[in-house]
Amino acid sequence: MIANAKKQFLHDADEHVRDTGHRAFVQRALGGYYTSRDTQKARYRDWEHARDAASLAKWSAVNRLDELLPRFVANFEANGGRVHWARDAEEARRIVLDLLRAAKARAVIKSKCMTSEEIHLNAAMEQDGYGVVESDLGEFIQQLRGEPPYHFVFPCMHVRRGEISDLFGKHLGTPPTDSPEELTMIARRHMRRLYVDADVGITGANFLVAETGQISITENEGNARLTAALPRVHIAISGIEKVVEHLDDLAVLLPMLATAGAGQPMTCYNTLYAGPRREGECDGPEEMHLVLLDNSRTAILADPEQRDSLHCIRCGACLNVCPIFKNVGGFTYGTTYQGPIGSVITPHLRGLADWNHLSGASSLCGACTDACPVRIDIHHHLLHNRRNAARTAPHWLERIGHRVFVAVASRPWLFATGGAAFRKTLWLAKKLRPPLLRDWLASRDLPAAPSRSFRDEWSRRR
Amino acid sequence: MTAQGNPAGEMSARDTILARIREALRVPAPMPHFQSQEIEKGHAAGAKSSTGLPTLAVLPLDVAKPWLPDGGETPAERLRILAENLEKLRAIVHRLPDMTAAADCLFALARERDWKVVAYHGHPLVEPLLSGVPCSTLRVDVDFDKNRLEACDAGITACESLVAQTGSILVSSGTCGGRALSILPHAHVVIATVDQVVSTLGDALHQAQARHAGRLPSMLSFITGPSRTGDIERILVLGAHGPKELILLLVG
Repeated sequence: MIANAKKQFLHDADEHVRDTGHRAFVQRALGGYYTSRDTQKARYRDWEHARDAASLAKWSAVNRLDELLPRFVANFEANGGRVHWARDAEEARRIVLDLLRAAKARAVIKSKCMTSEEIHLNAAMEQDGYGVVESDLGEFIQQLRGEPPYHFVFPCMHVRRGEISDLFGKHLGTPPTDSPEELTMIARRHMRRLYVDADVGITGANFLVAETGQISITENEGNARLTAALPRVHIAISGIEKVVEHLDDLAVLLPMLATAGAGQPMTCYNTLYAGPRREGECDGPEEMHLVLLDNSRTAILADPEQRDSLHCIRCGACLNVCPIFKNVGGFTYGTTYQGPIGSVITPHLRGLADWNHLSGASSLCGACTDACPVRIDIHHHLLHNRRNAARTAPHWLERIGHRVFVAVASRPWLFATGGAAFRKTLWLAKKLRPPLLRDWLASRDLPAAPSRSFRDEWSRRR
Repeated sequence: MTAQGNPAGEMSARDTILARIREALRVPAPMPHFQSQEIEKGHAAGAKSSTGLPTLAVLPLDVAKPWLPDGGETPAERLRILAENLEKLRAIVHRLPDMTAAADCLFALARERDWKVVAYHGHPLVEPLLSGVPCSTLRVDVDFDKNRLEACDAGITACESLVAQTGSILVSSGTCGGRALSILPHAHVVIATVDQVVSTLGDALHQAQARHAGRLPSMLSFITGPSRTGDIERILVLGAHGPKELILLLVG
């Protein structure tokens, strides 16, 4: 581990980019996604316009969070749930640990929840002696590997089936197999008793519906449904920005989340929870708690230019299309949220000074912005972060460079002289390979300088 | 017990976060770059609220309706779209003329698959199917032992509605035997009538809201195909944690 996040990023990026086996594997894993996403998009009568409606739903909720969040909370509590507010990660962890203690929990089952990764909840629970099992197959594999998720929707997309077979053999004592189906069934058999025996189930939340006080959870495997059905206590953890106003906003957002994120018409289970088991219902938890987490989301909210990055519904589409993600891989980012959207929000969550290098982890091709179902202006926000970093803490070299450029460019005679000198001496750069150019020249050919300047050529042709 | 405590005039977490939100929203954000005329026009017509932000003159679902996937206008169209979607989702559909045929179908399913125990809930569509079923049964209406449900081969439930647009089946904890019955057993059998088919997700949500007015069930779940995962090399596998088989008996 290198202390400086930027140096670590450059080191890991270099390593991963050279690993052509890893790159080919990730590209192949994404190949099927591109096909199914396009098939599903074609079922929309107008996908581009539908993105407007999805964007509108989130824009109107995020910009009225002051009104809608208290409304959601009032309705959620009227449904019998309890809300806990957490200013930061430390407070959120303490709330969950207090709830586990109050519930006298022995076994905890968890379904996929990126917010819990953000606050490093598992480590805190394990430190306090609670056995925690991740039930989502990909998260379970990552938990056994002792790694964070590689991709916030496809946590173990970088792992080959043989490695999973070895992993299960080592931890669960199962015989080796190279069938993804058999590997899935091993996890299924292992997990079933755990759902029944767990005292507490922990889930995330994809949407908080203000008008009804319901929380919406999206998943494919059924593990979140089981986590919220069988244990005695259900704890959900959510960022404050997940609010939508109307229940029927989900009729737009749920199918678009599935299509953009995984190339599905709908994710397999989209479930709305309104509090714990009701009178007259035959099962369900006795208590339902919701931890509402700020953790610097209000800092993003305070930046009107980048406020729309809170529209993110965590579909992962921007990662799947990003040329940087596909080359450097998910771990290189060193963040909870990888890829383009992670590069936008991480500097807000963890500090621009240490994380601005992620703003440069982009070719500015705009593929992320085109892929975003809620129309977040992702690649421009990377530029905004670069600008903000240059304003607040400009590098001395950039400062001198810009000053020299202004001095030269505002004097035509100096500009012409400088240009002539540059054309005459460019070959020297190739020969001497000065330190700043060396990396660039290592993989590129420097073109020869033209014999005349543009201005000479212009006046000659006139 | 938790962070709600408010010792000696210190701001609670709730008040702090709400104050941060109000402060943050004092500067309005620009509208996103919409492509659609409908939304732009709707906004131009919208009045300004006290916060200076335009209130919504158009609702997302209202404008999005003609842009989302088609759910069919007529009952016949809806049935066709529903059947196509369910087939692609690898759900099994049996179209049956009446309840007698449905009971025969369930009998055949139980025989073929060698089911030992099936679980069900009290419901006018579900109970008639169970009378002749060639295996033992577990009723989950009142309190039940979740260990026994875990050992069941199939769960048989009614549903709130069937959504043509996406091939989804809406179940609720209030009317479909609670939360676990439709997710814990290895197979899920749904019994429904053709008049339960609706066109879109929006229609299904509106219908559920109207039906349970003022008191929504603690769980409403759209089930779209059998449980699945693609976590291993992005290869599709059915039956990750929920049912491996989703079987719809559609009567009428």
